[in-house]
Amino acid sequence: MPVQDLQGKQVWQRNTGRESISHWIIWLIGVAIFAYCWQKISNSTTWFFVWDAPRIADDIWTRATPPRWEYIAQLGEPIWDTLNIATLGTIFSLILAVPIAFLAAHNTTPSKFFVRPIALLIIVSSRSINSLIWALLLIAIIGPGVFAGVIAIAIRSIGFCAKLLYEAIEEIDQTQVEAITATGASRWQVMAYGIVPQILPAFAGIAVFRWDINIRESTVLGLVGAGGIGLQLSSSLNVLAWPQVSLILLVILIAVIISEWVSAKVRGAII
Amino acid sequence: MLRLEKLEKTYKTGDQALKSVQLLVPEGQVLALIGPSGAGKSTLIRCINRLVEPTSGKVYLGEVELTSLSSNNLRRERRRMGMIFQEYALVERLSVMENVLSGRLGYVGFWRSFLRRFPQSDVDEAFRLLERVGLAHMADKRADELSGGQRQRVGICRALIQNPALLLVDEPTASLDPKTSRQIMRLICELCKERGLAAIINIHDVALAQMFVQRVIGLRFGAIEFDGPPEGLTPEVLTTIYGEEDWEATIESVDDDSDIMVTK
Repeated sequence: MPVQDLQGKQVWQRNTGRESISHWIIWLIGVAIFAYCWQKISNSTTWFFVWDAPRIADDIWTRATPPRWEYIAQLGEPIWDTLNIATLGTIFSLILAVPIAFLAAHNTTPSKFFVRPIALLIIVSSRSINSLIWALLLIAIIGPGVFAGVIAIAIRSIGFCAKLLYEAIEEIDQTQVEAITATGASRWQVMAYGIVPQILPAFAGIAVFRWDINIRESTVLGLVGAGGIGLQLSSSLNVLAWPQVSLILLVILIAVIISEWVSAKVRGAII
Repeated sequence: MLRLEKLEKTYKTGDQALKSVQLLVPEGQVLALIGPSGAGKSTLIRCINRLVEPTSGKVYLGEVELTSLSSNNLRRERRRMGMIFQEYALVERLSVMENVLSGRLGYVGFWRSFLRRFPQSDVDEAFRLLERVGLAHMADKRADELSGGQRQRVGICRALIQNPALLLVDEPTASLDPKTSRQIMRLICELCKERGLAAIINIHDVALAQMFVQRVIGLRFGAIEFDGPPEGLTPEVLTTIYGEEDWEATIESVDDDSDIMVTK
């Protein structure tokens, strides 16, 4: 009741008295919790290491520079593997994501109560587990190597691609579909003429976007033994070969920049 | 040619869009369906080719009863009913030619249509139709590059290449300017005459309807309130269809043949 009548005068305040007191109390509780947490964290931190951090970072920097350029000869194949893991993984995931997306979109699903929940479950479960964890599982199942990496990337990407694609399918202009249906077209023809042309730009955008993400994800898969440049990264880290680490990071950076440039070009060409 | 018997549609929301509609359309007759928004015009048209499933009643196209057909037989009958839409409903990212040829989808198999290998006779017919509506030079353009009037012409070609016996036309002029509206209406009516097609044109521009058709059906709350020649649309009749309003200006414009339209 911000408007009050005080001796014939209309007074307006943002909050009533009781509201402002409760706001103050809420703020007080918040600050108290923050102070308590701060103290807890502070007690369990070895502050010596924190104060020491700049010196250590500087130390690593001097050890890592200059990069060991001649090591580049051994990086060609791993980075090529990494690119292949990302590309093949994306292609496999798209092949599987397209039918799942059609089953999940509520305007194309054959059954809202049975098939759609299953498709959505596949999407959610694929998205909820990180590709590094998928790779760990798959290495146990199919052994270490590039193939495990490809499958890990593919499984992780299915959910992402299918989700974005089914949202695109749900947003299509339904009158175009109606028009094709009205000509006497079959169900598959309606899909090929009424739906596919409408989602094609979204599909291409999703594909390059995911490929771009997968290049970054596949660089770390080697850390758990799933092939690619991550393998070199982990072995260099293990022997504290900092000049090699810095060169690997540089190569990854360049690969990511190139992939981003390519995907930007492709997206620009389609839309 | 087309016979509707006690056609009813009740939507899931409980709205009764059509109340026991009886209608007989003879061969080659062009009729206009007028009525206020929400009167059930679009529903009526869509119940005929079952883009909307009617709740009860029967639809006869020639001798065939449509409401009880299996989906395969329905597809075959849909080929005989060309449909033209309000917002053109072209597939925007396909070329004009592909849009026109999509009218033949009911006649060709999936893979032929998917690979765009339509029979040469269909392609010839598509060129003839595009020539007829004055768009032959546009065949390779993408549909979204065309203006509204041009798109509607492509929509007309798509409906006609089906070689239909009946045209279902849903607000063909609602998104067009007055001059283009007249041209499109004239084109539709001419083509119907040339080919002896029956047509149901759902339109909310009363003056335009009066100008071009032989018969007018007035729909209000899903029931037929008026059925007669365009001259029969007196102010009293329009009041029963649309409600109280000054109708003189609307009716006058029938006699006035200039390109400036006076509506409502």
